[in-house]
Amino acid sequence: MKPTDISAPDYFHKVVDCQWACPAHTPVPEYIRLIAEGRYSDAYMINWRSNVFPGILGRTCDRPCEPACRRGRIEENPVAICRLKRVAADFKDDIKHRLPRPGPKNGKRIALVGGGPASLTVARDLAPLGYHCTVFDSDPKAGGMMRSQIPKFRLPDSVIDEETDYILNLGIEFKGGHRVDSLKKLLDENYDAIFVGSGAPRGRELDIPGRKEAAANVHIGIEWLASVSFGHIEKIGRRVIVLGGGNTAMDCCRTARRLGGQDVKVIVRSGFDEMKASPWEKEDALHEDIPILNYMVPVAFIHDNGKLTGVTFQKVKAEYDAKGRRNLVPSGEPDETVACDDVLVAVGQENAFPWIEADCGIEFDKWHMPKVDPKTFASTNPKVFFGGDAAFGPKNIIWAVAHGHDAALSIHKMLSGEDITERPLPEVQVSSQKMGIHEWSYDNDISADKRFKVPHRDKVIALKDIRAEVELGYDLKLALGEAQRCLNCDVQTVFTAPLCIECDACVDICPMDCITFTQNGEEDDLRQRLKAPSPHHDQALYIADGLKTGRIMAKDEDVCLHCGLCAERCPTGAWDMQKYLIDMVHAGSTCQSKARSAA
Amino acid sequence: MTYIAKPKFHHPGLKKNELGYTHRDYEGKISTLCAGCGHDSITASIIEACFELSIEPHRVAKISGIGCSSKTPDYFLGNSHGFNSVHGRMPSVLTGANLANRDLIYLGASGDGDSASIGFGQFAHSIRRGVNMTYIVENNGVYGLTKGQFSATADRGSRSKKGVVNTDNAIDLVAIALQLGATFVARSFSGDKTQLVPLIAAAIQHKGASFIDVISPCIAFNNHAGSTKSFDYVREHNDAVNRLDVLVGREPIHVDYAPGTVQVVEQHDGSRIALRKLDADYDPHDRLGAMTFLQKHAAKGQIVTGLLYVDPEAEDLHAHLDTVETPLNTLDARELCPGSAALDKINAGLR
Repeated sequence: MKPTDISAPDYFHKVVDCQWACPAHTPVPEYIRLIAEGRYSDAYMINWRSNVFPGILGRTCDRPCEPACRRGRIEENPVAICRLKRVAADFKDDIKHRLPRPGPKNGKRIALVGGGPASLTVARDLAPLGYHCTVFDSDPKAGGMMRSQIPKFRLPDSVIDEETDYILNLGIEFKGGHRVDSLKKLLDENYDAIFVGSGAPRGRELDIPGRKEAAANVHIGIEWLASVSFGHIEKIGRRVIVLGGGNTAMDCCRTARRLGGQDVKVIVRSGFDEMKASPWEKEDALHEDIPILNYMVPVAFIHDNGKLTGVTFQKVKAEYDAKGRRNLVPSGEPDETVACDDVLVAVGQENAFPWIEADCGIEFDKWHMPKVDPKTFASTNPKVFFGGDAAFGPKNIIWAVAHGHDAALSIHKMLSGEDITERPLPEVQVSSQKMGIHEWSYDNDISADKRFKVPHRDKVIALKDIRAEVELGYDLKLALGEAQRCLNCDVQTVFTAPLCIECDACVDICPMDCITFTQNGEEDDLRQRLKAPSPHHDQALYIADGLKTGRIMAKDEDVCLHCGLCAERCPTGAWDMQKYLIDMVHAGSTCQSKARSAA
Repeated sequence: MTYIAKPKFHHPGLKKNELGYTHRDYEGKISTLCAGCGHDSITASIIEACFELSIEPHRVAKISGIGCSSKTPDYFLGNSHGFNSVHGRMPSVLTGANLANRDLIYLGASGDGDSASIGFGQFAHSIRRGVNMTYIVENNGVYGLTKGQFSATADRGSRSKKGVVNTDNAIDLVAIALQLGATFVARSFSGDKTQLVPLIAAAIQHKGASFIDVISPCIAFNNHAGSTKSFDYVREHNDAVNRLDVLVGREPIHVDYAPGTVQVVEQHDGSRIALRKLDADYDPHDRLGAMTFLQKHAAKGQIVTGLLYVDPEAEDLHAHLDTVETPLNTLDARELCPGSAALDKINAGLR
């Protein structure tokens, strides 16, 4: 194998599994260390710069970071990264003085369609640079689906208000209750750029017999959640069936439990394990006495003269073809009718752009989605950009934020007369953490603690009040314990071959048997000859040559604890522990990186 | 030294031995020696050898004297018996323990000061008596704990860190062990575990006095130009006569040697060693030949390593003394005291 080029920004970035997996590339270990130090405001600001909504995401993020977390490959559970983010938000001091101020106006006007996370991210990045940003939303308050669809018992309004206000106070013009129904008209208003962050606002229909007749008691999940959120709906029948297996279904069933639903069931087509809902959201539903029945396909709504009485399901089983693809086939068991008073349909969301006229220069693909460049987020109309669910269909808040950053950068570059396809490289800092012979600037003692549970409000009380937040968040003691579980994967093991005398001290001390000195070879062959098995080929081998004996140093990054013992036991300093910080490029990045080094 | 304890986490895919242990289960406390010390590699090799042989830790007694080397038993086999004895007295304590309980595996850890200076006589007598043990000398040629004076194994003409030339002749412990009748004699290098681990495993299996001299560079005081026990010098002058695999009824411990002539040596207890000859003329069953070979190569400045001599028919001290199979420490009064009738008989025989 060729020696690893550790100067490539991506190499060490990938080693920080959580940060690499995060669409916004939040420097996770960095803020977790700050939480452990009690510097909650600093931890919050790192999050705020990167993911814009730490308090909201700390409660609701889909957390792609956690399945990626190295800790999950070493013991049962990853670090509770998401809930630690909430700790930073819960325990910070007033941070308003640390927020950017509206810059002197540059005379350029940006229109943002939709007041959700994507648009707000664009506005936050652009407003301090002097752009005049106008956000349009059909709802009276900003937040988009974060406000309309996520139940208040998961995400209180106060948190949304606080974090949307941080952005709107940057001199952003918010036009609430103003639905944009024509892109053409908006284009005619001569904005310098338009950003579409209107989400995927339409719930998918379930067109089976009885749907029309029983319409009064069959509700589309996201619309129903929005109505609950805005106080238009306060009650539901005693027996409720929720159709669908995603996170919206989980929100629907738990909301129904709080509005009078005593016998609430979730019924899904697929198997329980293949449901789209996050495992923790399924757990929360089960905890609230909501059974989840699987392998049942709804075939008809049963009604008595228009009054819904139940849903009939066909029983299916999973079969796998030669290519491993799953097919649901009838199991042969008789159909089952489940009695109910109301049904919530949460079988997916769709994009809808009825307000974009055909002659606006926006091309759509065969799935009726706008053609959007995945790097620049530009549409086929050079002035119009898309992001969030509106760009590539329903995803999560954190993706909308990531899209927003990239779109803002494109808009800024375009309006500065630059080529938007040229994306600047992120700024990377790598610095030694050595403080003394065996002292490091980070706590390298590895905690053996198991993942700490987040305390929940008592179920009886929680189910009575739809606005009572169920999760209470970590207290400071639990937060410190959980923070200590982080392996500091951003503190990298950096090897300098010319200093190495091949004494084997690092090989002998490494608790995870990551390091091997051996003859070079092709990767597949080399992975067979390492000191410990190397099952994860997506995890890099760090290769260094130039040793006196002609061997190479091969380090499997897979399960390295970043404990620094290799560097402590190295007599010549060939190993060093160096902190790797990567600053993703946002619009107007240069001033941000200066602020960053203060943390 | 390192302040934190070595994390208990281990690689999820670690190999387990017949007892279900991983090599991590054979570790001791974290080393307090200088970073990069050759002794730590010997520690790791002992751990590896015991793991590969599936030795039950409670069946081992590790005994040492004083010095950097004699601290090492704290760093391996944390669940075994241990005795950290007086300077140079490891061989006597080991001999006594072995006489009292012949059932344990005896591992003597010593250094060049402990064995070639203050304990030279002790070393000689334990070898001479054929005590069943594995006697490992972690040989760095300097007194590390007292800041790097030459030890008795430092080669004449080699230079100290400050540039002083050693004018005394060196004691070659391997040559002495051969002369005193050790039945398993080897030399190796802490920087070459592929050679060292099987040697330790074979020595543990050998019934008789096994002696291994392991050259172990002292990073702090003896790893400079002019030293003959530095990493660079040993790597340049290492003349390995053979490589071995230890066969214990399962896969060989190490198989990554270049192919060569293989000679299988069956030992008294049925264990086998597969020797891959690197030097076609070298015969590890010829004690006199070994001594000559060693002297010739030493004169040329070469460090001969490998299994230098093995007597497959070796006997140990207990065989010489014709002791009972039962360990002496488990014999009770009934077995030890033959009674007045027997005493009368003996007395009568003396009248």
